Amino acid sequence: MKFSEKWLREWANPASDTQTLVDQITMAGLEVDGFEPVAGEFSGVIVGEVLKVEPHPDADKLRVCQVAGGAEVVQVVCGAPNVREGLKVPFATVGAVLPGDFRIKAAKLRGQPSNGMLCAEAELGLSESNEGLMELPADATVGQDLADYLGLNDVTIDVDLTPNRADCLSIRGLAREVGVLNGLNVCEPAIEPVPATHQDVVSVALEAPAACPRYLGRIVRNVDLSAPTPLWMVEKLRRSGVRSIDAAVDVTNYVMLELGQPLHAFDRAEIEGGIVVRMAQPEEELVLLDGQTVKLTADTLVIADHSKALAIAGVMGGEHSGVSEKTRDIVLESAWFEPIALAGKARHYSLHTDASHRFERGVDYQLARTAMERATRLLLDITGGEPGEIVEAISEAHLPKAPQVTVRAGRLNAVLGMDIERERVDDILAGLGLEIISREGEAWTVRVPSYRPDISIEEDLIEEVGRVYGYNNLPVTQPTGSLTMRPKAEALRPVAAVQNYFVSCGYQEAITYSFVDPKIQEILDPQREGIALANPISADLAVMRTTLWSGLVKTLGYNQNRQQSRVRLFETGLRFVREGDRIDQQPMLAGIVAGSQLSENWANGRRDADFYDVKGELESLFQLLGVNIRFAAGSHPALHPGQTAQLFLEDQPVGWLGAMHPLVQKKLDVDGTILMFELFLNPILSGYVPNFKEFSKFPEVRRDLAIIIGNEIAFADVDRVVRNNAGNRLTALRAFDVYEGEKLGEGKRSLALSLFWQHPERTLNDDEVHELFDGVVSALQKELEATLRS
Amino acid sequence: MENLEQLVQDGLAAVAQADSLQALDQLRVEYLGKKGVITQQAKTLGKLSAEERPAAGQKINEAKGQVEQAINARRGDLEETAIADRLARESIDVTLPGRGQDLGGLHPVTRTLQRIEQFFAGAGYSVEQGPEIEDDYHNFEALNIPGHHPARAMHDTFYFDPVTVLRTHTSPVQIRTMEVGKPPFRMICPGRVYRCDSDMTHTPMFHQVEGLLVEKNVSFADLKSTIGEFLRVFFEKDLQVRFRPSYFPFTEPSAEVDIEWGRNPDGSVKWLEVMGCGMVHPKVFGYCGIDAEEYRGFAFGLGVERLAMLRYGVNDLRMFFDNDLRFLRQFR
Repeated sequence: MKFSEKWLREWANPASDTQTLVDQITMAGLEVDGFEPVAGEFSGVIVGEVLKVEPHPDADKLRVCQVAGGAEVVQVVCGAPNVREGLKVPFATVGAVLPGDFRIKAAKLRGQPSNGMLCAEAELGLSESNEGLMELPADATVGQDLADYLGLNDVTIDVDLTPNRADCLSIRGLAREVGVLNGLNVCEPAIEPVPATHQDVVSVALEAPAACPRYLGRIVRNVDLSAPTPLWMVEKLRRSGVRSIDAAVDVTNYVMLELGQPLHAFDRAEIEGGIVVRMAQPEEELVLLDGQTVKLTADTLVIADHSKALAIAGVMGGEHSGVSEKTRDIVLESAWFEPIALAGKARHYSLHTDASHRFERGVDYQLARTAMERATRLLLDITGGEPGEIVEAISEAHLPKAPQVTVRAGRLNAVLGMDIERERVDDILAGLGLEIISREGEAWTVRVPSYRPDISIEEDLIEEVGRVYGYNNLPVTQPTGSLTMRPKAEALRPVAAVQNYFVSCGYQEAITYSFVDPKIQEILDPQREGIALANPISADLAVMRTTLWSGLVKTLGYNQNRQQSRVRLFETGLRFVREGDRIDQQPMLAGIVAGSQLSENWANGRRDADFYDVKGELESLFQLLGVNIRFAAGSHPALHPGQTAQLFLEDQPVGWLGAMHPLVQKKLDVDGTILMFELFLNPILSGYVPNFKEFSKFPEVRRDLAIIIGNEIAFADVDRVVRNNAGNRLTALRAFDVYEGEKLGEGKRSLALSLFWQHPERTLNDDEVHELFDGVVSALQKELEATLRS
Repeated sequence: MENLEQLVQDGLAAVAQADSLQALDQLRVEYLGKKGVITQQAKTLGKLSAEERPAAGQKINEAKGQVEQAINARRGDLEETAIADRLARESIDVTLPGRGQDLGGLHPVTRTLQRIEQFFAGAGYSVEQGPEIEDDYHNFEALNIPGHHPARAMHDTFYFDPVTVLRTHTSPVQIRTMEVGKPPFRMICPGRVYRCDSDMTHTPMFHQVEGLLVEKNVSFADLKSTIGEFLRVFFEKDLQVRFRPSYFPFTEPSAEVDIEWGRNPDGSVKWLEVMGCGMVHPKVFGYCGIDAEEYRGFAFGLGVERLAMLRYGVNDLRMFFDNDLRFLRQFR
């Protein structure tokens, strides 16, 4: 909310400068975003009067004017369309300096001398308006300094209020805060009832009393809406960020800003019968003030007449029933709407108005009549007219009751962490308008005023006392409490260990959005449909990831497009998959590798990373985590059919490793050989606690052998056959060479193996080893049709 | 015996000329081996009288010794030369870069999260996790933000359906932790949160750390020390911290926390908002089945990217999620 400092000071005027005032209310919880002068910086501008206007002999659009106000009447050449004889305007005399350090000098315009400049609002930094000269009231004192005349030594303060402080959406509420903070009384303007001068009334029916328990209507006849709004009101509105429209709108806005009660003015001629406050009928249509036609929903409260909706209650009026230049008689509305009934309604119609902002947060439920009287008086002062009686429709049962709230001194002090003197608490509560109805024992019981609907429980009062006392005046103490040690399973490795491992393997951690482009994900994970957001921020961030690859691939492309040919990324985070009607949110670990395995320099980097590089990195990770993971050939739609491994922990599938399928790669437009892996994080973090076993002190025996086998036979098969036949003293089996070549023949490869045996209690003798070795060889020959390589 | 002297002279000359260890070995065999020319001289001893023998024998031994010494000395020289040659051959350019893998790096958000977790773990806080697709109850209702609440509008929520959302803050983890556990509590919850907002200063996803302490006797003054201490430890600076009254539906009293961040031109402290906090609202305790008369608590929430930006001087929030390697590599 924007407001004028001067206006606030009419109500509560502490002896502090602007900065101090602004700091003070900020520290009371009403955060000031900033403040700025209400006008640009200028000097030498006075109230001038245009005495005579003549055409310029050499320019169609210019006029030659005689202007009074300075030491003598001078000639000024002016191009504004609204310049006319008798007009009073801001007059920048020769020597004046306008905002932007623009100096006014005597000059000739198309041959005619011009001694000064007549100004538009924009030229003085008063508004954006540059449509014509700023027109000053006819009673302005010619020759008076303009800044003095307009009272421009003022600032507009912009305060960003939290939703609980609707009471401060007015000068009245802000003044109350300033009052209690400074121990000042607040000067309220006297608001007297306006007596009716005729019997003409509008009927009001409350058909939805829970949503609108109070509605006041008053007819004011024969208003002259061509009467200009007085400058003081226009200026206060302007300094509050509100543009002057006409007297009726200006008055309703003024009272809203001043007291906090949104008001509305209808053209009485457009109301058929009387006012009915009801819920909208299904499919009912309404043309709003802003020109748009909305189809109302049945949960929308409307102000209607006997045949049609006139306005969305508390949000915006209708176009037809609004006041216009032709309006003679108006109906003023001052009502209270239940915040919950209005909640979200404006947003539903993509609207947000000053009225809806206030009603949704809660307007003072006892303010409607005062505001009506205030508005009536101001309106009559401007437009003249004949006020009628106020018709008030009310449903007491549906109006809020002023609650009584008790705060115990013990609780107050315990929560705030210090003992606050009782008298200080008295002052704070009373200063906030909380009527203390009892102060028995160690507790205060207060009645909450109608403008503070946010106060209903003890904590609310504790906060008020703490806030006004000043949070920064409260002490600082260390929390006490038992510090118990937390159990931490040693076998369970932290995710940080995994992250740090990949960092040491040369991977850069990425954090990508959890919502991804469905088109990319469809290519990488075609079997699963990502859970779609109802209101995505954009089409390429529309579904939840079912694989972390969706984000990593995009990141890879992003970096490849920026001359990064070597990319190694990993990410940890949740993926989201629908399992029946349940949503599974599974922690994953994924990586993507493209470009050379090592960074390019004199010694390495000439070779692209391949499957076995990444497999090796994962194998080391599994050693770090203490899990035994098996790699088996598998198939995955995103991966190269010949370079895909599915990973298993015992029989539980825990992830994938493979090269990206060339067709997938083409669709995704990423370059090079790309390796990807994705693992379920939880199962692989479950390691073990080491348990020492005696190791053998006797020598280990090594025997090598080279076999030729068919290409279709996997190393895993060889490994299995060897282990099944090498006896229980086999300690290790290694493949130390793999060779394919013409010499071996089509579809064959040679595998060189080392077998290691060791006995825990003695030295193995040659015969035993020989026998085991022969057993292995013959099993390989028999089971895998292996031949020994000579 | 003149012959012996001649042999020694010949031997010494040959040794002096030997230019390899093999040549030297050959000379040893030739002169000092079993059939070596000097060794063979011993055979002449038999022809000498018993009185002459010891002196003659000694001469032969001396001759052997002389040659042997020369051979050893020469060997030493040759070995030294060989090592020197080898060292010269093996010398490398130590300024060439090493072989192997470059180091990667943690994302600055993770780096920041790890620091924050360490500080709080040291003060006895546990680290909790919760779902990111969250139900309306935990994200709003149980945090005292009912359906009609204007605070909901501040959250710019992503929806899946009317009761399922992407969590807009890490606060629901407070509820989930209190639902299943028994007080006292000391926990933090780091994690991703989502708001339907994207511009220069907002990304639709960012990270928060939520903190919660519930004890029988805890006050706003305790909250002030915890937050102040954390911020000073985080920034490694003795900076001023101030608490400004604010509003969160799930805490009361509530505060926003500003830190001193430089000075204004007029010399006054420039304050920067960094986090929110407050005393746990009794209604929140109610939803979690905790007696608000017996227990009190404080809670706080901070934006991780915001702290990382301040800490590392990052000037554009969106960079955290571009994952540009030229950005990420600066944080390893």
